[in-house]
Amino acid sequence: MNLDTIIFIVSALVAVSGATMMISLRNPVLSVMSMILSLVAQAVLYIQLGALFVGAVLIIVYSGAIMVLFLFVIMLLNLRGSEDLGRQSSPIKMSTKILFSLMLFVEFVFVIKVGFFKGDIPLGVMSQTTDNFGSVESVAELLFTNYLYPFELTSVLLLSAIVGAVVMSKRDAAETKTDESAVAVKDSDSKEQVVES
Amino acid sequence: MLEMIIISSIKVIIVVIAVLTGCAYSTYMERKVVGHMQHRIGPSYAGPFGLLQPLADGVKLIFKEEIIPDNIEKTTYLLAPAISFIPAILTFAVIPFGKDTSFFGFDIPMVLSDLNIGILFVFAVTSLGIYGIVLAGWSSTSKYSMMGAIRSSAQMISYEVGYGLSIIGVILIANTLSLRELIELQMGPLWGTITFLPNWYIFSQPLGFILFLTCAIAETNRSPFDMAEAESELVAGYHTEYSSMKFSMFFIGEYANMIAVSSVGATLFFGGWHGPFLESFPMLSVFYFVAKVIMFMFFYIWLRATFPRFRYDQLMNFGWKVLFPLALLNTMVTAYFVIL
Repeated sequence: MNLDTIIFIVSALVAVSGATMMISLRNPVLSVMSMILSLVAQAVLYIQLGALFVGAVLIIVYSGAIMVLFLFVIMLLNLRGSEDLGRQSSPIKMSTKILFSLMLFVEFVFVIKVGFFKGDIPLGVMSQTTDNFGSVESVAELLFTNYLYPFELTSVLLLSAIVGAVVMSKRDAAETKTDESAVAVKDSDSKEQVVES
Repeated sequence: MLEMIIISSIKVIIVVIAVLTGCAYSTYMERKVVGHMQHRIGPSYAGPFGLLQPLADGVKLIFKEEIIPDNIEKTTYLLAPAISFIPAILTFAVIPFGKDTSFFGFDIPMVLSDLNIGILFVFAVTSLGIYGIVLAGWSSTSKYSMMGAIRSSAQMISYEVGYGLSIIGVILIANTLSLRELIELQMGPLWGTITFLPNWYIFSQPLGFILFLTCAIAETNRSPFDMAEAESELVAGYHTEYSSMKFSMFFIGEYANMIAVSSVGATLFFGGWHGPFLESFPMLSVFYFVAKVIMFMFFYIWLRATFPRFRYDQLMNFGWKVLFPLALLNTMVTAYFVIL
């Protein structure tokens, strides 16, 4: 058992247990934290495969930016885990849960079966890579030649999402403004009444 | 193999001790410098020139009573100081602090780990530091802490973009992400022609440097961007409910972050350990590096003594409407010249 295997086993265990904790913990903030733990462990796995850039970007983008937003939203909504999420389950809900879990399980088994017993993938295929595999240069080259079209499409998708978010928040602001003015009118009315009385 | 492990362990221990001592004496330097800027003399009782003051502070903080409030989220409350402290220390894993040297016949590279994505590592690790602040604020169940945490996460999200973009110019010119190669590229005369100036990237990237410095101050939550712990509005911000050693963990974390950012700035824009007379005295390189870091730290303290705090909305506006477009512009112009 060499150092690589030990690192793999430890980080794989951390990744899986982080993911399990994410869905099983009742406290949403702790869920976010275990997801971050899982992501960091996954980054270690990527780095071990030689994909240094992907590993670093996984931490920068997911752990460093997206999960901060998750945490921010959870904190703003002030979810403290006291709510009994999913305790009041009716038979219909319960049966749906079991059905979906079964489907996922079957899918999982099927994927593993296909992956392991296909026969043409030798073990240790991960180590057979070129010299600059996973480096910034090779990733950039692929991104800007073979995969340029999907890359640009993704950026357009993200842009439209941003614009959509801005539009929605603007509309909300306009609505609350009218609400506020209505309240102000009411306030002035009541004041006048007070003065009259 | 065993030799390598022993040498690395010794280096790690030396670096961690050096960083912690640096943190302790940064507090001394801060109090002394701010004191003199305000026509006071600063700490002067403990030892000559008050040099033992950090030691006295440390002892005081350890022996203070530790108060843990009742209605807190225990797990995250206890984890938060460690989470804010560890990423700050981790940054030093990739920063080269001297010219490679040999000691008792062993070749010793003066960097803990020479990653070829060094800068990305630094940014990945520093982006994790915010969780300590956010969790501290959230788990304290106190309004002031919560406000501090929300402010700091909003601030981090806004400034991380500019922070990342501000160094893209340097990366474009250098065409590498390895900090060791970046320092090697900054040796020699400026642009290969001007002999009396070194080829430091501050000369090629002045705008990039200013953006980096501004965003770095916002990233480390220092004055004038210290909204997260604005003591005149929020008591102490996110660490209001912490006491004793837990409080000092945040304190050390903040200073370690400042030293880390200063080291990154010195490496990217001021040639790292590069300086004159290195051929005859290679150990001077460590001195040059430390001197450059101290220069950055002095600048931090100078700013704190000079500028009033930004208002919260001004801060956000400044980040998105001034720094971000300027960083984009800097990237575009640099890319244009690199392609030429």
